[in-house]
Amino acid sequence: MRSLILLFLMGVAGLARAELNIEITGAGEHQTPIAVVRFSGEDQSAQNISSVVANDLMRTGLFKLIDPAGKSPHQTSQVTYAEWPGVEVLLMGTVTVQDGGNVIVKFKILDMVRRTELISQVVMAKSDQLRAIAHRIADMAYERLTGSSGVFSTRIAYVNREGRRYRLVVADSDGYGEQTLLSSSEPIMSPAWSPDGKQIAYVSFEQRRAMVYVQSLATRQRLLLADFPGSNSAPAWSPDGRQLALVLTRDGNSQIYHVNNDGSDLHRVTFSDGIDTEPTFSPDGKMLLFTSDRGGSAQIYRVSIDGGDAQRMTFEGSSNFSPRYSPDGKSFVFSHFNGGRFYIAVQDFESRQVQILTSGGWEKKPSFAPNGKLVLFAAEAQGRGILATVSSDGKVKQKMVAQNGDIREPTWGPFQKQ
Amino acid sequence: MKKLILSLTVSSLLVACGSSPQKETVVEPKQSSIAPTQQAASAPVADKSSAQANADAKAIAAAAAAAASARAQADANATASAKAKAAAEAEAAARAAAEAQALADATSNRALKNRSVYFPFDIDAVQQADKETILAHGQNLADNPNLKVRVEGNADERGSSEYNLALGQRRANNTKKGLVLGGARSAQIEAVSYGEEKPKAVGHDEAAWAQNRRADIEYTRGN
Repeated sequence: MRSLILLFLMGVAGLARAELNIEITGAGEHQTPIAVVRFSGEDQSAQNISSVVANDLMRTGLFKLIDPAGKSPHQTSQVTYAEWPGVEVLLMGTVTVQDGGNVIVKFKILDMVRRTELISQVVMAKSDQLRAIAHRIADMAYERLTGSSGVFSTRIAYVNREGRRYRLVVADSDGYGEQTLLSSSEPIMSPAWSPDGKQIAYVSFEQRRAMVYVQSLATRQRLLLADFPGSNSAPAWSPDGRQLALVLTRDGNSQIYHVNNDGSDLHRVTFSDGIDTEPTFSPDGKMLLFTSDRGGSAQIYRVSIDGGDAQRMTFEGSSNFSPRYSPDGKSFVFSHFNGGRFYIAVQDFESRQVQILTSGGWEKKPSFAPNGKLVLFAAEAQGRGILATVSSDGKVKQKMVAQNGDIREPTWGPFQKQ
Repeated sequence: MKKLILSLTVSSLLVACGSSPQKETVVEPKQSSIAPTQQAASAPVADKSSAQANADAKAIAAAAAAAASARAQADANATASAKAKAAAEAEAAARAAAEAQALADATSNRALKNRSVYFPFDIDAVQQADKETILAHGQNLADNPNLKVRVEGNADERGSSEYNLALGQRRANNTKKGLVLGGARSAQIEAVSYGEEKPKAVGHDEAAWAQNRRADIEYTRGN
């Protein structure tokens, strides 16, 4: 149960250059007009920093991209303010490739209305980190312009199914930079990020039934956390990362248990006659939301992490699944099944108001971005599973269609500790 | 005869072996109207074999009764002619019994060949239509203590993957209970679930879903 297994399967974890087709619909009430000028020296580097930054900002729905129309300033002294009517923000910079593969990126963000510099920074990195730098620049711009933390540098995890091949994948928040953590001919399910973003717990059927593993992203070492008879599944981390909630069928029905992250001190939390599954911790670590059919249909319930009486939270639609707390703990997002369609919905704890965020279809497994502004979920396009996001007010939607495979079980990772 | 009684006992027990709480009446008109059709469509083989098995069981019973009465008659009658007649009758009856047994064996093999049982939407109780299949496998496991099976529960894609994993596990657990009631030992059976992860049929329609709401009985040793 606590045996450490080294993974030899994945010698090559190179960056796959996934071709994504990104489609954005809807817009925020006010879109800030921004011009992103191509950085000087971009042609010499493998990655196009300015377009990565522009795409990141566009995906939020909060910005309107203005074409620089041939103008290409790279420093404040080269900017003639009168030449940029209607542009409120200008982003520009330079990329210098040094001998030995290092890259120096300088960038500036200008407030074109007040005619002031908002940000001026220099970043040095290896040439293979340019995408990461671009996401970091987008984060800084987003934070400065909206007051909220940017999530472009965070990562997501999901399962990609191609024929009989299942891969557990970690990628940048925009779906690029795929890295395969586990490849298997048996299903993989329910990836869950540790709060520090260094480990992923997941369900793998590689031993011909559902077992829970915890794997380090850096060392690729992994721990078989639960292999009791029947199914072991639905791992969720406590906010301090010391404990996980799991679902086991070792006593019959699927019930929720807690276990330490090293596999010790397993104990049962829920005691019902029905199915209790998909536990998720509240941000303060005191409560669990979970899915149960104890009332006849699958609905979302809330219980103290110590167990006891559970409170039913959802009453609308035929059934509701896969709850996840918002980062501020004031609401939760879930998959809402009604009239034969799945929708992504949020419910406010205080008002109990339910808001359907999407137009419906095959939409499952929502999770909040760590800033609470976006929700990532699994949708479908052209008969394949895809990644999709919706802003937490439901206004801006985005679909990311990968070239290959069926994307399932996405989950948004935490902020990266710098 | 013993088989027949066992089958009657088990059939009444099977009703009790679906441990699921009473489900709400299905909210969606689409599903409730489709579900019964699916059930009928998904298990035509099981229906046929169950009717066949009943007929065959009656044949065995009749033949066995005939053989017994013929034997009794032979003992009672002292005359050689009567003895010869009775012997001929007994022989005929034995032949009939053997034929019936062969037929029953063939039927039971047919039931054994069927290794999948099906469930309505969001239901995990074993269905009447699959009783014969489960009994045959339970009996087969009882007759062959060295055999082992894996019961793999599955679910259609309506629901979350985790909910469906749980539902598939309940379907597997209930199928296992049925096998045990049919005579198998619990240690001969491993119940696992694949949830919605290994669909037999792909497609967002009842035709595909009906095939995926399933438990498979897989022999892992011998047979």
